[in-house]
Amino acid sequence: MKSGAMNKDRNFRQLPYHSLFSIAALFILYAACSVAADQPVPKKQFLVPPPPFSPGIFPCSQCHQGMPPNSTPRRLEMHQEINLKHMPGGWCFDCHNPDNRDRLRLTSGRLISFEESYILCGQCHGTILREWKAGLHGKRTGKWNEEKQYLLCVHCHWPHEPAFRQIQPLPPPARPSEIR
Amino acid sequence: MNRRDFLQNAALGLAGIALSADRSDASFWDAFFQKHFREMDENEIKNVIVRIEKEYREKFGKDITVGNEKPLPGVLFGYGLDLSRCIGCRRCVYACVEENNQSIDPQIHWITVLRFKKGDKWVDLENSEKYYDPPKVPEKEHFYMPVQCQQCENPPCVRACPTQATWKDKDGIVVIDYNWCIGCRYCMAACPYGARRFNWAEPKRPAERINTKTHYLGNRPRYRGVVEKCTFCIQRTRNGRYPACVEACPVGARKFGNLLDPQSEIRYAIEHKRVFRLKEDLNTNPKFYYFFAYGR
Repeated sequence: MKSGAMNKDRNFRQLPYHSLFSIAALFILYAACSVAADQPVPKKQFLVPPPPFSPGIFPCSQCHQGMPPNSTPRRLEMHQEINLKHMPGGWCFDCHNPDNRDRLRLTSGRLISFEESYILCGQCHGTILREWKAGLHGKRTGKWNEEKQYLLCVHCHWPHEPAFRQIQPLPPPARPSEIR
Repeated sequence: MNRRDFLQNAALGLAGIALSADRSDASFWDAFFQKHFREMDENEIKNVIVRIEKEYREKFGKDITVGNEKPLPGVLFGYGLDLSRCIGCRRCVYACVEENNQSIDPQIHWITVLRFKKGDKWVDLENSEKYYDPPKVPEKEHFYMPVQCQQCENPPCVRACPTQATWKDKDGIVVIDYNWCIGCRYCMAACPYGARRFNWAEPKRPAERINTKTHYLGNRPRYRGVVEKCTFCIQRTRNGRYPACVEACPVGARKFGNLLDPQSEIRYAIEHKRVFRLKEDLNTNPKFYYFFAYGR
């Protein structure tokens, strides 16, 4: 009985030290996170080619300047090629920024450029983004032992209808009977 | 005249008869007495390359550089192919043909894309289809599996070769010396992957379509009667570039890198995905890993 109480006592006395350490660790972690979040994502890390805009469409503000944003889902008069087949119930301003169309907007409210659009995609497709960063999902070019260039998600997946489209295969090999 | 002199004279005489006069130039004798590639020193290899480049210039009417890049230290090449992403479009097959100077007629491809029906016993390679030709790929009920040289760590083809014309280099690439191959095709019989191709006829390729950046053990123009196969684009990868098939793949299903580098994408695939190798039970130990990225 007595020794049990002593043990309990010791545990109790040790508790503040543990807590102190954890609190300190949490603070450091929080500080590190907030610093990372405030700084712009270094572009060097994920070198990407320019996003695949339709010719002449960017900057968006050249038309959208002064046009009041309309958040009602409807058939668009201008961007007719868009028949949104991505995220049922979604609409333009889930991704596009209504106040400045030249930027994209994360759910956190943070604005990003079109070159960083992978962050936006990664809000839902987190596991894919992780593999994309590791070079497993998607395609990288460059050198296998040096700097690599990443393709953006939107280079392969049109964001308004992201399923990969079927393409024509190149011809099959010659059959032995066709070889003279 | 004793017996030994007689035999020596007879041998020389026969050799003289066997060779017609127009072949008596120095280049022919250099080729005839060329040593095994791995027994030559740097200077001898240089002379061989000069001779071969001269032959190509006469044959194709253009300058073709024949490189001799050595394996990079601390590098063991590995390849990954994501079967959940391959759409069977054969872009890799034809990119390989253009990069590696395969014969157009008769046709030689180093990559074969196999089509399997989903849900079937798909490792049943015998019943896979390689002549599929639908208007559009990928087809709903099928998936695709490109097969090329698996660059085995324990290559049966190397053991089968009677002249040691094929061997595994330090970076793991199984290479062929086309000047040493006698065309017996034992290696083709030994290869469980059907990855090796034989030049039954003089390989024909328009001179303007010849890739002039070549490697002695890789994509330099071949001769009639020699075996060839994928070398992981030795002429590119030993200079840090990706193989042509990796660059051609429109869906990014092909991954390439250094197996000894923990940061490489091939290592990421092996460590995070369920990878398998073709016919693993044969103990060939291939460095070509197939995986399903979505098959978690």
